[in-house]
Amino acid sequence: MSGHSTYQPTNAVAKWFEARLPILGLVHETMVFPTPKNLNYWWTFGGILATFLVLQIITGIILAMHYTPDTGLAFESVEKIMRDVNYGWLLRYAHANGASMFFLAVYIHIFRGLYYGSYKAPRELVWIIGLVIYVAMMATAFMGYLLPWGQMSFWGATVITNFFSAFPIVGDPIVEWLRGGFVVDNPTLVRFFSLHYLLPFILVGLVAMHIWSFHVVGNNNPTGVEVKSVKADTVSFHPYYTIKDSFAIVVFMILYFYLVFYAPNLLGEADNYIKANPLVTPAEIVPEWYFLPFYAILRAVPDKLGGVLLMFASIGVLFLLPWLDTSKVRSATFRPWFRQFFFIFLAVSLGLGYLGGKPAEGGYVLASRILTAYYFAHFLIILPLVGLFETPKKLPESIAKSVLDKQGDSSGDGMVEEKA
Amino acid sequence: MVRINGFCDTLKMVDKIFSLFFHQKGRKVSDTDQPETTRRDFLYIATGAFAAGSAFAVWPLIDQMNPDASVLALSSVEVDLTPVEVGQSMTIKWRGSPIFVRRRTAEEIKQAVDVPLEDLPDPEPDSARAAKPEWLIMVGICTHLGCIPKGQSIGDERGDYGGWFCPCHGSHYDTAGRIRKGPAPLNLVIPPIAYLEETKIKIG
Repeated sequence: MSGHSTYQPTNAVAKWFEARLPILGLVHETMVFPTPKNLNYWWTFGGILATFLVLQIITGIILAMHYTPDTGLAFESVEKIMRDVNYGWLLRYAHANGASMFFLAVYIHIFRGLYYGSYKAPRELVWIIGLVIYVAMMATAFMGYLLPWGQMSFWGATVITNFFSAFPIVGDPIVEWLRGGFVVDNPTLVRFFSLHYLLPFILVGLVAMHIWSFHVVGNNNPTGVEVKSVKADTVSFHPYYTIKDSFAIVVFMILYFYLVFYAPNLLGEADNYIKANPLVTPAEIVPEWYFLPFYAILRAVPDKLGGVLLMFASIGVLFLLPWLDTSKVRSATFRPWFRQFFFIFLAVSLGLGYLGGKPAEGGYVLASRILTAYYFAHFLIILPLVGLFETPKKLPESIAKSVLDKQGDSSGDGMVEEKA
Repeated sequence: MVRINGFCDTLKMVDKIFSLFFHQKGRKVSDTDQPETTRRDFLYIATGAFAAGSAFAVWPLIDQMNPDASVLALSSVEVDLTPVEVGQSMTIKWRGSPIFVRRRTAEEIKQAVDVPLEDLPDPEPDSARAAKPEWLIMVGICTHLGCIPKGQSIGDERGDYGGWFCPCHGSHYDTAGRIRKGPAPLNLVIPPIAYLEETKIKIG
């Protein structure tokens, strides 16, 4: 994307258009972008995420044609979508499970970035814009979850807006401002609907910035070695990666449509088929699975403000990651210690997710506390120190060399692990 | 002499007025003192004023999200307490929130009064919670994250202190609605209550 376009329009209409608005050139540049030739399937999740953003927008716009954001009608209008609207059940299940798949893909995408050091210079902004996208996704999902106006919708929104009441003095006015009342009620529902419709389009803009930013500095790749020769180390994005991404998208869709058609409520909560009742809290409030690790961190702390701050900090610390990891080597393939800690961290994150779904009592609370402490230690203690004391393996000379070594099956230095 | 016959001259004059306030150092305001205050200074100040004005204009866009007049209009409610017998509870709605009304038994009152204040995370004597000891009236919203605690219905789990228990994150409240154990930081809130008659109250 840097420099002038190499695009040469051939037909007269394209020439006329390109001279006035060079948008065809922009598309062309994106499609022929020199992409490292060694990207593995973990790199296909960007394409999968873009696909899901589009799918969510399409199903969402259609659902909005049949949905009524009013506390008296919202629950019934969702049931009407399920029972009366032609293919309404399909669109709603596709939208609800689409959100889950979107988060599954984004978590894989984030952990890929963590493993291969994609957040390191010069890609700090790619990482930070990505985190902003993630936060915006969470806000979108949270507000969307209120719309069916079921028991979990209502109490989830009540608990989450109440996070802000933990702050001294400004807390309660902020909560009332967010809700437009003293409790979650009609004003809350209508504004959540408005913002739930808006945020995906902001996400589209953020995704464009995310792509733009890595088109300036180039893709990272599994070796973490920068492109040295465009000719030797890269291939054109199209057709090589459009095909690879498409294949991955199709495979991912199998899981998605399995959920939509065969287990549409597997990831949902039965309580959300009960209409919201402001006077009765369900016995157990559980957030959607993709928020569970944060919920576990919140509940690990016996102090209200402390729990809320720590939960926000668990995301905030990710923004500092490019400066907390002191190692110059990107890929975990060449960082034997970091690689072990990465897998421990992955297990800790999954463990927090498990604990977030369990009642906050006894051994579960203790386990949540230990894992929460480890979560922060990983970023604030382990990563800065490992970078200083670890001896990395020898890096391949270039991307091309690493690919050829692999193909020739002659054991290139440090490539043994990759082959296993 | 200051002539006001044209836009440029007007600017010069405004300029000089501002220079009185914003340029103190060795600045004389006279016709011969032209280059010291420039039109650019005026532009800076005008831009600043415009920015400040814009900030004020944003306020309605923010304030519209606060509770509106119809929400605030529901802010008081009158309740007749006669149907509640000793040992019974009643839940009513005030400002969209549940209000717990409990007619406490003598034993419950004694339990609440006998607790030493130093045992309480949010120390408050029982007398500060219930103007008439028999009637305990509180906002039934857990002060942790806003769930409705159990304990109003017969057969509800009432926690380790025989009052109310919040199932969401495990907060235990005693027979005066005071927090005893769990993540909630404060006692259940006492709303503004006025006794209109012996058994009739106004909340709010």
